[in-house]
Amino acid sequence: MTQETHIKTAFEKRKQQAYGITLLVTGLIIYLLFGLNTEAGLLTTFGLNLAGTNAIPIDDLIVPAQATVYLMSAIAAFVGAYQLARGVRSTGALLGIVAFTFVVAFLTWAAAGKSFNLTGMLTSSLVRATPIALAALCGVISERSAVINIGIEGIMLIAAQVAVVTATLSQNLYVGLILAILIGGLVAAFHAFLVIRFKVDQVVSGVAINIFGAGMTSFISSRFLQKATDALNNSGTFPIISVPGFSKIPVLGPVLFENNLIVYLTLLLVVVLHVMLFHTPWGLRTRAVGEHPKAADTLGINVYFVRYVNVILGGMITGLGGAYFTIGSVGRFDEIMTAGKGFIGLAAMIFGKWNPIGAFSSSLIFGFADSLQVKLQILRVPIPSEFLLMAPYIVTMIILTGVVGRAIPPAADGQHYEK
Amino acid sequence: MNKTDTTSQTPETKTSKENHNESIWQALLVPVLAVVTGLFLGGIVILASGENPINAYGALFTGSFGKPANFIEGISVLFSTGDTAALIKAIYPFTESLVIATPYIFAGLSVALGFRCGLFNIGAEGQFFIGALVSAFVGYSLKGLPMIIHLPIAILAGAAGGALWGMVPGYLKARFGAHEVVNTIMMNWIAFRLSDWLLSGPMKASGFRPVTPNVLASAELPRFFPEPLRFNLGFFIALLVAYFIYWFLFKTTLGFEIRAVGANPDAAKYAGMNIIRNFVLVMALAGALAGLAGSSQVLGVDHWVGQGFSAGYGFDAIAIALLGKSHPAGVVMAALLFGFLRGGATNMQSMAGIPIDIISIIQGLVIVFIAAPGIIRWLYRIRTIKTEETVLTRGWGS
Amino acid sequence: MTNVLELRGITKRFPGVLANDKIDITLREGKILALLGENGAGKTTLMNILYGLYKPDEGSIAVHGKEVEIHGPNDAIAQGIGMVHQHFMLVPVMTVTENVMLGIEPTKNGIFLDKEKVAGRIREISDQYGLDVDPNAYIKDLPVGIQQRVEIIKVLYRQADILILDEPTAVLTPQEVEGLFMIIDTLIKSGKSIIFITHKLKEVLAVADDITVLRLGRVVGSINPKEATTEKLAVMMVGRDVNLVVDKKPAKPTEPVLVVENLYVRDERQNQTVQGVSFEVRKGEVLGVAGVQGNGQTELVYALTGLLPLEDGTIRLLGEPIHRTTPRNILERGVAHIPEDRQRHGLILTFPIHDNMMLCTYYKNPFARGISLQEKTIFSNAEELVGQYDVRTPNIYVNAGTLSGGNQQKVIVAREFSRPIQLLIASQPTRGLDVGSIEYIHQQIIKKRDEGTGVLVVSSELDEILALSDRIAVMYKGQIMGIVDAQTATKEQLGLLMAGIHPSETAQA
Repeated sequence: MTQETHIKTAFEKRKQQAYGITLLVTGLIIYLLFGLNTEAGLLTTFGLNLAGTNAIPIDDLIVPAQATVYLMSAIAAFVGAYQLARGVRSTGALLGIVAFTFVVAFLTWAAAGKSFNLTGMLTSSLVRATPIALAALCGVISERSAVINIGIEGIMLIAAQVAVVTATLSQNLYVGLILAILIGGLVAAFHAFLVIRFKVDQVVSGVAINIFGAGMTSFISSRFLQKATDALNNSGTFPIISVPGFSKIPVLGPVLFENNLIVYLTLLLVVVLHVMLFHTPWGLRTRAVGEHPKAADTLGINVYFVRYVNVILGGMITGLGGAYFTIGSVGRFDEIMTAGKGFIGLAAMIFGKWNPIGAFSSSLIFGFADSLQVKLQILRVPIPSEFLLMAPYIVTMIILTGVVGRAIPPAADGQHYEK
Repeated sequence: MNKTDTTSQTPETKTSKENHNESIWQALLVPVLAVVTGLFLGGIVILASGENPINAYGALFTGSFGKPANFIEGISVLFSTGDTAALIKAIYPFTESLVIATPYIFAGLSVALGFRCGLFNIGAEGQFFIGALVSAFVGYSLKGLPMIIHLPIAILAGAAGGALWGMVPGYLKARFGAHEVVNTIMMNWIAFRLSDWLLSGPMKASGFRPVTPNVLASAELPRFFPEPLRFNLGFFIALLVAYFIYWFLFKTTLGFEIRAVGANPDAAKYAGMNIIRNFVLVMALAGALAGLAGSSQVLGVDHWVGQGFSAGYGFDAIAIALLGKSHPAGVVMAALLFGFLRGGATNMQSMAGIPIDIISIIQGLVIVFIAAPGIIRWLYRIRTIKTEETVLTRGWGS
Repeated sequence: MTNVLELRGITKRFPGVLANDKIDITLREGKILALLGENGAGKTTLMNILYGLYKPDEGSIAVHGKEVEIHGPNDAIAQGIGMVHQHFMLVPVMTVTENVMLGIEPTKNGIFLDKEKVAGRIREISDQYGLDVDPNAYIKDLPVGIQQRVEIIKVLYRQADILILDEPTAVLTPQEVEGLFMIIDTLIKSGKSIIFITHKLKEVLAVADDITVLRLGRVVGSINPKEATTEKLAVMMVGRDVNLVVDKKPAKPTEPVLVVENLYVRDERQNQTVQGVSFEVRKGEVLGVAGVQGNGQTELVYALTGLLPLEDGTIRLLGEPIHRTTPRNILERGVAHIPEDRQRHGLILTFPIHDNMMLCTYYKNPFARGISLQEKTIFSNAEELVGQYDVRTPNIYVNAGTLSGGNQQKVIVAREFSRPIQLLIASQPTRGLDVGSIEYIHQQIIKKRDEGTGVLVVSSELDEILALSDRIAVMYKGQIMGIVDAQTATKEQLGLLMAGIHPSETAQA
């Protein structure tokens, strides 16, 4: 047994060293990249108040730019050195420090001598995370029952178009919302039908839905919508609802309590799905079907039925995500307006270890990367905007490598079930 | 092309030759019916959008093959006056379809090669774009070279660019098990953003439009007919490459490895094959093929690259690979079919007012039917035959 | 005394196979019916019909004298029928409680799972039958023997009075088997009736009240255990005299071919499943590795063949270290490997036989020149091996997946034996095969030994280990408990070692 512990320590030690070195390198990069390029004496203003909100105004956060960057560099380096010397186990927190120091240093550098509205940035992070989170939630409940749905992108496009057209025609956003959810469920039902009844390769079926969705919505868009924008493709959007009282809280108020219906529904769904997945019979059966369908079958659980229900439910959530693109944000449909968000949602699902709260949290990271890129363009950072636009895609690829937190998918994920 | 279809037949296998011929028909039956059904349902969409599908498909047909009457007239004009203009005008639609089919052959082979190794390359689109950009760059920036040197360099540079773009997801898959479907799509978006930057800055031609300069004449793929016919050498290079891929996959040890890794990676590892190397090799080759698609388009047809240059090629390539059952001969046939569909679709749009996107709808449907032969058999009451369905993709590859 | 269960004229056809042919069986109340038959005799098919997983083509089922229709597990459960499957139907990442409640979940407020209630009931059942199971443990952390008890609890929780135990002893140590028999005894005393499915003759004689023997999908006959002997049952089961012992001369071992020292291996989930294993295999001997499945044997073999990296230790083949090299290099040095999972590792089922016959040597002369495959040689090689190793197939162009299990294994044996080898590693070489194929493969392995090859046989079947080995190493929890001489080893001694108990008198070979 002593040998075992000896081996284990060696294994752990290598890992600890890797983290320590990562932290040290982060500190060095912060120093070289941002510290040396920040003029001494400049101040960075982080705005904490957002115009047009109910929040009680507070003072903005003003920091000396160079000192802050150096501080971040020092924190990363110190924690790295400490990790190398003593070895701290908690690896999640260490990665958090890497991300935190880097982002803070980057923002301080980028906004040196200027003002940067932090509250606005966080607000737009949540808003931009919403469709990604909904796609991720769809992925979670589909894949927990072992059906991969890679057609989320196509479903979102179809739902987005249905939402805006029906809302415009009926002059009622709720009609658009409900129909978007229903069409999402319908297309997902078709996916479920193909993969369960006809045993179609799940990824191929999803790709077919993406191609069909992109083709169909573009077809309708160029044949009908473009000629009659006002009559068909101009719905307006859901208004911002301020939660009385809560919206007055500084920073948190504007971020969490002044949003539109779809954002609130998303937050609600995250909590409800999490509880359902881990504390109700439906969740227990879903997880059993995803891990060991045969075991569920021998206990009289209808594996196919569970999968149909979950895929369709996931489709309805995706439908909500599709509605966000049109009636939840811009009020009109543009061709291929989802721009890969469905796939990013799948990455968020993986990074979130196939559970709703995890998926939502990682969606926030993508939302943050996405809104960061917009803000930086406004600050006129000396990096071409096209490269900033790549950020969410690159973050996705890095996350998929599993270098940061390897997750194990449901054991039967992607496999057909033969009785 | 038919020659490439007789897979691994040699004199020793005569016993199973008859079965084999029968199975070729069986193999063709489902794809043909899938296309027919896809066109039929597409017709319903056209009908629903308020147009006459017969007119629309008529326009599609003349748009892709030309009008027989024009062709006969062209020949008679040629014989009576020696003037080729009328004939050239008559064969324009047909050759134009072949021109469209050319990049499809390359891109379809790219996706098919991935499937053979159990990899799903949705990134042909980005690889195509990168290949086109690199070829264009080499095509306009290297000056003073004779065609015999300049053209091959431009083509190979495009292939290399695509290979690089494909290799990244291949490596990530092999090393970290990161799913290539998501990663190739991310690479697509990165390629689009990169091209936005290149076309608005470093590679921009003088003028307002965000396009590259024209490639030099020494880097253009030679054309066989006078303007406006754009039919060029690229088509024959595509056929040659298709034959090469067939040979590579079925007659070499490298191809054997690729197919083994695709069919059963565990057994391949047991047999001493290097899975990581094969994943990276296949994705690089697949990227190179998609890059060649971009090269052939820019060097043979457009001669410059603009924004949205690659639009749709990646997804078309998936449909083609599936329709062609990931066999190079099947890919060539499927690419020709889609070439004719796309070629005709332009005519259909101008004559019958049907947006080109109808082809994407038909493609989505065809993929569904190909992937679910059960639906086709059920629709047409075809007796189920026992076939081995190849596994195309696997979960998240952890 | 009444019959609790009667199956009459059950017939089930699969494409090309008549799995069950007019089968009649009867289970008496409070008794144990042993259903005996070798692999492929149709036992499991029959039980799956009884449990509603398959639909019979003909025949009827009567429970407590009343004819019933069973369309699915729910119907079976409603009729009081419960099944303990050969491959446990447990979700590893869930707790015992979650596994037991799955399918009939009690709730609080009609919404939330009431786990406490189920856990309490599990403790009751556990105490009543002496099962000793913790409701809050995760299945993946439990040893196989306890997992089986969880399966029994699942059945009892559903208030079954007819229990079907499908090959329940296959994964247990001899001592655990004793424990199971005691549990069975308690169950019978509390009024349950049991169908006990097995292909192990001695167990049948030990527990059964009635014996029904199946062969090739038919009932061969029923026999009272008082009148039965193992020989009699064997003849009934196989249809001819079975050579239970492999004919072999004493081994003449020479110098060591494989030397393993202090080996540590982690499996794919990063669990350290091999912990400090050392042994050697000499030319001309068979070293058997016994042990209950899942005690590190799989990872040991993977490490030896390069399929898993080592964490620590050394492996030497003929004096040369091979632990930092590739699977290909190990193959080329003359290691043959009959893998545990033949369909996962051993064959490419969608490839024709001729390609499978050269799976490890495709890149070498005479199968390839440069990168060009030589089809003529490939075909003639396959024709030759198919004849030599008696692979039953229409031709060499059909896919390996179309062959029966025995013939698939022969393809692997043919391929591995047809190249020059120094060391043969055979992992579960006869699992799931019929008696004829088992005998054939055993003979081939001994033949290789007598030619001077070192042989490592890993098997969870003690009978196989005893029949083939010259020395026996027993693995438990990733360690070798002891290496004993096969001549003097007894099942009891091996059983204790398999359970991790060191008998002080264990002889070192």
